[in-house]
Amino acid sequence: MMVLEGKSVFGGIAIGKLSVYGKKDHAVKRSRVADTEAENKRFLEAKEEAKRQLAGFYEKAVKEVGEVNAAIFEIHQMMLDDQDYVESVTNMIKTQEVNAEFAVASTGDNFSAMFAAMEDDYMRERAADVKDISNRVISILQGSTAGAITGEEPVILLADDLAPSETVQLDKSKVLSFVTRHGSTNSHTAILARTMNIPALIGVDFPEKLDEAPSGESCLSGNVAAGTDNGASIDGMLGIVDGYQGKFYLNPDEETLAKYRKLKEEDEQKKRLLQELKGKENVTLDGKKINLYANIGGVADVANVLANDAGGIGLFRSEFLYLESEDYPTEEAQFTAYKTVAENMAGKKVIIRTLDIGADKQVGYFNLEKEENPAMGYRAIRICLDRKEIFKTQLRAIYRASYYGTISIMFPMIISVAEVRAIKEIIEEVKAELDRDGLPYKEVEIGIMIETPAAVMISDLLAKEVDFFSIGTNDLTQYTLAIDRQNPKLDNIYDAHHEAVLRMLKMVVDNGHKEGCWVGICGELGADTELTETFLRMGFDELSVSPSMVLRVRDKIRNTDLSKNE
Amino acid sequence: MEPSEEEAIGRFRKGTGVIMQELKYVIKDKEGIHARPAGAFVKEAAAFPCSVTIAKGEKEVDAKRIFGVMGLGVKCGEEITIHTDGEQEEEAIAVLGKFLEENL
Repeated sequence: MMVLEGKSVFGGIAIGKLSVYGKKDHAVKRSRVADTEAENKRFLEAKEEAKRQLAGFYEKAVKEVGEVNAAIFEIHQMMLDDQDYVESVTNMIKTQEVNAEFAVASTGDNFSAMFAAMEDDYMRERAADVKDISNRVISILQGSTAGAITGEEPVILLADDLAPSETVQLDKSKVLSFVTRHGSTNSHTAILARTMNIPALIGVDFPEKLDEAPSGESCLSGNVAAGTDNGASIDGMLGIVDGYQGKFYLNPDEETLAKYRKLKEEDEQKKRLLQELKGKENVTLDGKKINLYANIGGVADVANVLANDAGGIGLFRSEFLYLESEDYPTEEAQFTAYKTVAENMAGKKVIIRTLDIGADKQVGYFNLEKEENPAMGYRAIRICLDRKEIFKTQLRAIYRASYYGTISIMFPMIISVAEVRAIKEIIEEVKAELDRDGLPYKEVEIGIMIETPAAVMISDLLAKEVDFFSIGTNDLTQYTLAIDRQNPKLDNIYDAHHEAVLRMLKMVVDNGHKEGCWVGICGELGADTELTETFLRMGFDELSVSPSMVLRVRDKIRNTDLSKNE
Repeated sequence: MEPSEEEAIGRFRKGTGVIMQELKYVIKDKEGIHARPAGAFVKEAAAFPCSVTIAKGEKEVDAKRIFGVMGLGVKCGEEITIHTDGEQEEEAIAVLGKFLEENL
């Protein structure tokens, strides 16, 4: 047994066979072909099939991880069409009279060697892309299926790191857990694990081979050679992922296995219990109530909100409307989306956050200029107040939808009272227009996101202007600690529970309440059950979390007793 | 970061009287011309009938071939030169210049 440590990105326990994600080079034999024309045709057909597969991955990835991350598949298709690449393969087939597999493999090696020789780390890594596309063509030529998981049984997937290009091909129902050597807590794999609700560890330096006999019931699959000089491949061995403790057990002994089987059972029982919490109130043992809402990023998420019994939608990110379309979404398209959500929520509160894009999110038709520091750049409300026509279209759609349910609006990235007043003026214009057009709307609560340190410091002034505050802890923490959350090198100093942030939260609650505003949290911190009691004591009125976290947080609230000393 | 602007758009003579379009641009994106923008750039270039080349220093490649463009390994702060030659060369240089401004 070998015990390794890593950083957990999602809790839970997984026990199962290990499958090492193989970026294995295909074994390709050189053989002589007589009919080189036919062989070249075989290559060209395989290349087209590879492009069709990649186009399919692109579509799938857009849905799973968004357009920006999916772009890699377009690049892979372009690589396959690169004239230098195609000519190299064709020439090799024709002049050397070799089989297509060999010509593709050699060409792939040559092109990837070019990248491997470059001085830039990033470009060196692109050698893997070339191998990837070449292997895809070879697989097709050989009639073998690509993909990491071949067996029927779900596995714990081990990899250096998984790029979107790799995760998209995985059969998600066959993955019990992810364990990677690299990656950050915000990497693609981590995000995927959280959406799948499965345990995952990053930064685990697992070995390729283990010099010990497999224990327990880990039957080695036939093709694994055991007992070589460097030990046996870990592929096919048994493993345990403990997402609570950040531990990975390789080839666990019977005692450990027994312990974790029991823990896993308890864990599952707890999940079942959570299901029983549906329909129960969010109330502490001593009677304090709080609203528990869910965050969504599209109309399709509403089903999940209802399944998890959230009391409303605390954050409806409206970006999807802009990211999924080729041009500015029309008022009608937006109205339909907001109305659908409002109707499906049947009178429960739906808080729509207005457009929050910027130079870091690529929306072509906005023609945003490239910025050095997009997190602090031309984004969100700054764009909306600058390009009023876009903003007014969205506001009109929201107000029209308000007639069909209980809608609130909140505005992102606020830093000043003047911004809020400018927004309110525009809202008045919109309402006047709707009156003129004879279109019905209801009263809409107006709130702002508190996600800049500036908004925190003047929250007493802002509170006089609005009905509610919702704290976006992700950006607020990033701006307060001056830490880029995307940078894995900083994961070790990124402290979500930093005293500076906690004090800000308290300050916002107090300032909001003084002016009669209700105050909530819609950032990731809201789902952090280690802080649930703290939030309750601070006096928060609402927490909005991802749908899958609603019942866990409810369980925590119902087991908290604020009458006891801290 | 030092200011970096596209320096010149204009006609010039190279070799034996061939007239083509030239554009110089200093890359601002801190990651340089990595895979995604390289792919997008190649796509833009391939949409034009004229020939399009991209050069860094002495090395000049066909801008319609992604391996060539990525192979240049252009990093932030480095200058590239684009040449377009043939049918629609003026439109091509304008579109590509705008693309560079917005994306790189």
